[in-house]
Amino acid sequence: MTTTLYIPCDYAALSLGADDVVAAIRAEADKRGADIKIIRNGTRGMLWLEPLVEVDVDGVRHGYGPVSASDVAGLFDADFLTAGSHALSIGVTEEHDWLVNQERLTFARVGVIDPLDLKAYDKLGGWDGLYRAAKMSPAEIVSEVTESGLRGRGGAGFPAGIKWKTVSELPGDQKYICCNADEGDSGTFADRMLMEGDPFCLLEGMAIAGLATGATEGYIYIRSEYPHSIETVGKAIAAMEEAGFLGDNVAGSGKAFRIFIRRGAGAYICGEESSMLESMEGKRGTVRSKPPIPAVKGLFGKPTVVNNVLSLATVPVILAKGAEFYKSFGMGRSHGTLPFQIAGNVKRGGLVEKAFGVSIRDLIEGFGGGTATGRPFKAAQIGGPLGAYVNEGQLDLPMDYETLAADGAMVGHGGIVVFDDTADMAGMARFAFEFCAIESCGKCTPCRIGAVRGKEAVDKIMNGVDVAANIALVEDLCEVMTDGSLCAMGGLTPMPVRSALRHFPEDFDRAPAAAAAE
Amino acid sequence: MMNEERASASEIEGAVETVCGRHGNTPSELIEILHDLQDMLGYVPESALPVLAKKLNLSRAEVHGVVSFYHDFRHNPAGRVTVKICSAEACQSMGALPLIEEFCRRNGVTMGETKGDGSLTVEPVYCLGNCALSPAAEVNGRPMARVDAAKLDAAVKEALV
Ligand SMILES: Cc1cc2nc3c(=O)[nH]c(=O)nc-3n(C[C@H](O)[C@H](O)[C@H](O)COP(=O)(O)O)c2cc1C
Ligand code: SF4
Ligand code: FES
Repeated sequence: MTTTLYIPCDYAALSLGADDVVAAIRAEADKRGADIKIIRNGTRGMLWLEPLVEVDVDGVRHGYGPVSASDVAGLFDADFLTAGSHALSIGVTEEHDWLVNQERLTFARVGVIDPLDLKAYDKLGGWDGLYRAAKMSPAEIVSEVTESGLRGRGGAGFPAGIKWKTVSELPGDQKYICCNADEGDSGTFADRMLMEGDPFCLLEGMAIAGLATGATEGYIYIRSEYPHSIETVGKAIAAMEEAGFLGDNVAGSGKAFRIFIRRGAGAYICGEESSMLESMEGKRGTVRSKPPIPAVKGLFGKPTVVNNVLSLATVPVILAKGAEFYKSFGMGRSHGTLPFQIAGNVKRGGLVEKAFGVSIRDLIEGFGGGTATGRPFKAAQIGGPLGAYVNEGQLDLPMDYETLAADGAMVGHGGIVVFDDTADMAGMARFAFEFCAIESCGKCTPCRIGAVRGKEAVDKIMNGVDVAANIALVEDLCEVMTDGSLCAMGGLTPMPVRSALRHFPEDFDRAPAAAAAE
Repeated sequence: MMNEERASASEIEGAVETVCGRHGNTPSELIEILHDLQDMLGYVPESALPVLAKKLNLSRAEVHGVVSFYHDFRHNPAGRVTVKICSAEACQSMGALPLIEEFCRRNGVTMGETKGDGSLTVEPVYCLGNCALSPAAEVNGRPMARVDAAKLDAAVKEALV
């Protein structure tokens, strides 16, 4: 009898040698005459356990991890093919605390199936949403998405339904769905995990968006740093075309929808939607002035829905299970779930999809297990490079758009980067300015010049030069950037800077430099 | 890919012809075209720009503007081994900056540049999407997690043979 094994092909697993493990298991199985089949799945998101090898025994998957090639002979000796016990055994994968305590809606299939297996996708609820949408009117689809309370997962949290409604109601023979897969934020990898682990889900969401708005073409802008995502999504598009889920007659709806990939080229600002559209038109990624908004004049001047990967990949489950089901998760005006990404100096890093309302502490300490170094926690940056640094005293805040905003922080794309007590928050504030200076599109002065001057001022603070005056200068620059920047690159760079100043003032209180230092 | 070698004028012209043709000489696909060109030649030579402009019916200034805006496009050939070590926040939280500084010093190379003997290029990168396994790096495109000096050295050595 053939035993089925699952070993991820996700980038994170590859970076830990998953391919070597596959090769070693194949060789060892050959040697011992074991009849095995290896399926390359996405990752379950328990990244500290990667490469995670799962063995299917009577339909139940037993996990072993982290496995390296040198562990393989020992695993065979321990009869892992029949779930034998071994030091690396984690038991039945789906009974692992880390997974049991999640609410996986968007990531329901990620790590479970072969990302390019249409049948496996279908068996686990794939296409249910699209088939339902194919029988609905555009207005009905839009209202289902609006009712669900789904807000944009790219950072700004704008209600997805409202955007779709605008595009749906505009006349025009050419409209577009543009998926933002630029995922430039440090500490985030959910878009990547989804594209590599369940690409059909994203493409199904885009097709539903097409039916809802009358758009016949979709584009996915994937950052060039993600070649594995580009390859997997490309193969998924081809498979869907062949199966009739994309093309002239999407899922029997009688409507056409096609999807194309555009590669980014290493510019963080191209995650900003209008800069992304410029880039997709083959131009410099300079931010456009608004109005007009992309919904009205987007790609090539046509009505365009721009949504993040996670926003679009959440649409199928909303259509399949209904708006009420999705809306029953979450708190306040943050409905549903968010795939949080726990990163940086943390023991158990990875992806945790939870309903909004989970506390920062639960994520960092409960799921994350505290710092990787074992040193005391100092700070966490939430929501990417433009997000705030929070301190120990803020850890009990619930993850909710409005609660964090009221505290001067933001949920953003759900990334959490943990720092231990060796972190120098003045250095992190300096980096926020430096990053803005490097990545600014250059269109407006507060951002272009402010970031450079901000970095210089923090340098002086760190060197103990006129500390008080330079802190005041940093505050002034932050004010100018917040008020006078055209987009959130310049507008939000002050968020990490100010939060560092506010919550970690001791790190800016540098001893005056010796007279000779200047 | 012809690492560390400069392409000849005729090679450049041929490559531009091929990649523009692949994209139907469509100016809106300029970034895809530049990626393909860099995949073929290893860099985007200055002398390719007027040829591109002509093929795509764009001005030279437009093409130059695009090439210079994006960090991905190299103006010179890379070394035999290209190392990218992430310098963004999550990797910083695990000591990426001192690691990078030390790696560059030990190998006698400056960030963003190629070593004189053409063996090694170190390129900056802000986030590889592997932030739970920091510091993250790539050596000739091979993903690596939780890197330290020894792991980087071993990977570079392996890539050089
Ligand atoms: C500097 C900057 C970078 C951004 N990067 C991203 C990104 O990488 N991915 C993303 O989806 N949105 C990003 N955004 C937000 C987009 O502008 C836009 O709000 C989003 O793509 C809309 O989709 P959503 O409503 O589904 O979130 C960025 C915004 C700014 C200002
Ligand atoms: S704030 Fe910065 S990135 Fe945004 S438009 Fe202005 S210069 Fe460009
Ligand atoms: S911050 Fe280094 S990989 Fe994301």
